Amino acid sequence: MVIAMRMLDKKLVRDLVRMWAQVLAIALVLASGVTTLVLSVGAYQSLEETRRAYYERYRFADVFANLTRAPKRLETQIAGIEGVGAVEMRVAKAAVLDIADFSPPVTGLVLSLPDDGQVRLNRPYIRSGRLPEAQSSLEAAVNEAFAKAHGLKIGSQFGAILNGRKRQLTVTGILLSPEFIYAIGPGDLVPDDKRFAVIWMSQGALEEIFDLDGAFNSISVQLLLGASQEGVIERIDQILKRYGGAGAFAREDQTSHAFLDAELQQLRAMSRVLPPIFLFVTAFLINMTLTRLIALEREQIGLFKALGYGRYEIAGHYVKLVLAIAAIGIVIGFGLGTYFGQGLTWLYQEFFHFPFLVFRRDPSIYLIAAGLSFSAAVLGALRAVAAVVALSPAVAMQPPVPPRYRQLWTERLGLFRHFSQLTMISLRHIIRWPVRAALTTLGVSLAGALLIVSLFSFDSVEHMIDVSFFLSQRQDATLSLADERHVRAVQAAGNLPGVMRVEPFRSILVRMRNGQYEKKLPIQGMPADPALLRLMDTALQPVSLPEGGLVVDKRVAELLHLRLGDVVEVEILGGWRGAERAVEIPGVRGANIGDAAKPLARGPRGLVNVAVADIVESYFGLSAYMNLPALNRLMDEGNVISGVHLSYDKAQENALFEKIKATPAVASIGLRGVSVAKFRETIEKNITTMVTIYVGLAVVVAFGVIYNSARIQLSEQGRELASLRVLGFTKAEVSRVLFVELGLLVIAAQPLAWVLGYGFAWLMIKGFASDLYRIPLVVNASTYAWASLVVLSSAIVSALVVRRRIDQLDLIAVLKTRE
Amino acid sequence: MPSLHVTKPGGAAGEGVIFSGRNLTKIYRTGELEVRALNGVDLDLFEGEMLVLLGPSGSGKSTLLNILGGLDRPTSGSVIFKGHNLTRLSESELTAYRREHVGFVFQFYNLIPSLTARENVGLVTEIASNPMRPEEALELVGLGPRLNHFPSQLSGGEQQRVAIARAIAKRPEVLLCDEPTGALDSKTGILVLEALVAVNRELATTTAVITHNRAIKDIAQRVAFFADGKIIRVEENERQLDPADIEW
Repeated sequence: MVIAMRMLDKKLVRDLVRMWAQVLAIALVLASGVTTLVLSVGAYQSLEETRRAYYERYRFADVFANLTRAPKRLETQIAGIEGVGAVEMRVAKAAVLDIADFSPPVTGLVLSLPDDGQVRLNRPYIRSGRLPEAQSSLEAAVNEAFAKAHGLKIGSQFGAILNGRKRQLTVTGILLSPEFIYAIGPGDLVPDDKRFAVIWMSQGALEEIFDLDGAFNSISVQLLLGASQEGVIERIDQILKRYGGAGAFAREDQTSHAFLDAELQQLRAMSRVLPPIFLFVTAFLINMTLTRLIALEREQIGLFKALGYGRYEIAGHYVKLVLAIAAIGIVIGFGLGTYFGQGLTWLYQEFFHFPFLVFRRDPSIYLIAAGLSFSAAVLGALRAVAAVVALSPAVAMQPPVPPRYRQLWTERLGLFRHFSQLTMISLRHIIRWPVRAALTTLGVSLAGALLIVSLFSFDSVEHMIDVSFFLSQRQDATLSLADERHVRAVQAAGNLPGVMRVEPFRSILVRMRNGQYEKKLPIQGMPADPALLRLMDTALQPVSLPEGGLVVDKRVAELLHLRLGDVVEVEILGGWRGAERAVEIPGVRGANIGDAAKPLARGPRGLVNVAVADIVESYFGLSAYMNLPALNRLMDEGNVISGVHLSYDKAQENALFEKIKATPAVASIGLRGVSVAKFRETIEKNITTMVTIYVGLAVVVAFGVIYNSARIQLSEQGRELASLRVLGFTKAEVSRVLFVELGLLVIAAQPLAWVLGYGFAWLMIKGFASDLYRIPLVVNASTYAWASLVVLSSAIVSALVVRRRIDQLDLIAVLKTRE
Repeated sequence: MPSLHVTKPGGAAGEGVIFSGRNLTKIYRTGELEVRALNGVDLDLFEGEMLVLLGPSGSGKSTLLNILGGLDRPTSGSVIFKGHNLTRLSESELTAYRREHVGFVFQFYNLIPSLTARENVGLVTEIASNPMRPEEALELVGLGPRLNHFPSQLSGGEQQRVAIARAIAKRPEVLLCDEPTGALDSKTGILVLEALVAVNRELATTTAVITHNRAIKDIAQRVAFFADGKIIRVEENERQLDPADIEW
């Protein structure tokens, strides 16, 4: 028996060698699945593990809150909240920086470090240099990305406008912080390391500079294990309410953390959508190839049985063959997945700033990948192997019953009358094996779908840019003020050099509640018919802000389950100073609201009920909008604004920038042109990498399916084709029989590919959507065309490879053998 | 050794030589082994004649037929078909030659399973320059009523007759049959032979039939005996027997 098994194994090895091209094609498809799984899960685990280790070692806080000003003695009160482990109070202020040889103003976030040297939470990692001296108002440490972007070294100097006064600061240290793994400026969509800085200075010095002696305006809290985050947040909000608390928030809402989460979410989406496609195609290819192999080896199987081999031994032989193919794919996939996974993790270094990287190589993911692959392979082999088990040796030694063909009902109607007999051979072959034809079509269409899934992101992002940066945002710059100012500031802004148009806005932080759903977000007050920052409805038409009522973006409407006309409860956060009395604000009158045009009244403690007057499209962040005068009446804090949007004459840009840098009231500045360029650059770099990988994978699938189909057809029809050659048909005519069939299947696969591609794209987008950004589902006609073009090209290449074999058909052998 | 260039007896129409093979040698090399499948064969075929090539398997008759049919090339020697040297034709010229001039009938029929009887014949009539209608060809072999059947619905004998109809439908100058009854029982075999004889008579197609079955030699006008890659003798039958009258 031992020797017998060895003989079968020898056959197995020789079979693998003989069928190497088909084996490789299948193994590569499987390898693609394993690669995507190992890559995405590996990168996911590495990224998550790195983040976890970083957070733990550098004590990243769990809860954060910003406020206007509170005395430090609150510390004991907050530390006493049940579940709070550690508290850190600090000064956090925005500042405009002036960097030598860099014209645009830079937005800086200035953070205090305790003067006792005991940083309790959000500890910075010192890449080089040291922390600033206690009480020094001239020393600062900066974040590494910013230092790199401007070539700042220890000892370099830069200007900063701190509380209206420009100071020259000296760099003492270059730092990384768990709070700024993803360092993004206020209002920016992607990081711009040249225009956003994190600056650490002595707490004592900052208290003095910002008139916060013995006070703080930012707090971080670490929770004890098992503490109720909700409870702590609620308690902090209560304590900070009278100090202008803007609402405490957890890590999920911390910008850097949220962006990392979004990335992790994408990796997870990738690991769930892609590998199943490859596993399915693998199972199908194995089924197709093994069925054919077993048909060819029918007599051998009969002989084995006649010689006394058990049916399960023979079945086991074929299962082993399939497992061997899978093993090849798994090994390739492990190698590529590990390699690319590491590459991807390194790539993350460019966007996510970690002091170290933890490569997580959890063996379980390899086990899972191998398990899934072997299962898919065996599943694919099941039917063919069952046929081996069932085959009786006497029957097996007989030639198989010739395939039965029949005329199609369409032929009886005379529809195919004009086709040549060669074309009829192709058509009847498809119809004789409809399941196989359907699966081949499906396999090819999956390749096309993969391409659409990767290519459509260009369309969607372009659409996003068009709508956000050209249709909606038309300002050149947005100035945010350090404190709210009277609306007169608009005139001052208008007088800045080169300014052509000014549009004010006021931004207040609120918590919106609709039944059980609630969300913290800003309400932007703006002119009724803005020209610079326009709102677009879901049909992308500009929207006018009604006299009263709220306009929310689609994401907010979805999250809070709001429809037009619904009334939502709004709680004003961040130190509302208005009087608690009812005010009348014109309601929104509209068909959907009916007679509910009752005055919208403000309740106690800054609680108001506002009707949803419109829903607008928005791809970034979460936002709600109100008519500025209405918002100001609602707030009852006077006619104030928190910033302006500007359009200006580019020729005077430098003068404008110089002036802004010297304007103490400005806390930060956003530049649309720079944002668009940076956004495009970042996204396109990401997408290009992804598209390259996907195109490779799609070509592997297309080639795997088409090449295997062609080889199997050739094996089945080789005799027929050789007979045709003998009858005087040319090589080209004979090849046509095969290629018409393949061509029809490939063409039929295209519309299916488009539909599937659209579906997968939809799934991906659903998986990617977050409060930070949503990608609109836009697939241009050219994307469908490109996807089809790549698939058709792969098909042609596969056909040419097989054509060589048709040309080499042995004409004489075919005359002497029966099927 | 008797002359093989004998004039066809019986004075039938079309006295000309259609094939003229001279000193044909075919050597197959498989690794170390050298097999002389043909070893200096001379043979003429005359227009309209019925020739049987008789010999045991491996004696070289199929090799000769393949060379005559343009499926294979001799290692040395020449084959002249109506003044054209087949050994000098290119691959595509040989394809055109098969397409226009030769009809083949094989032991295992080699029908296209996905085409009906009529369509299998139509396969050839579509590409021939002066074909008969497929129905006509099938009528000639007695299969008029089974036009729309697929090969899987036909018996072995019927399938072989479809193959004959397919071979003759283009009105070839020469019909080459390699063991046409080899896969059939004698009763069915006779039906097939009758079809071949009928075609030979009615269309005056030069017909060469390979067989190892001695009984079949009696339906021919001439019989070439093969052994060890050579024609050892050629006999002329005084009388062609009707296939129904032979026995095996």
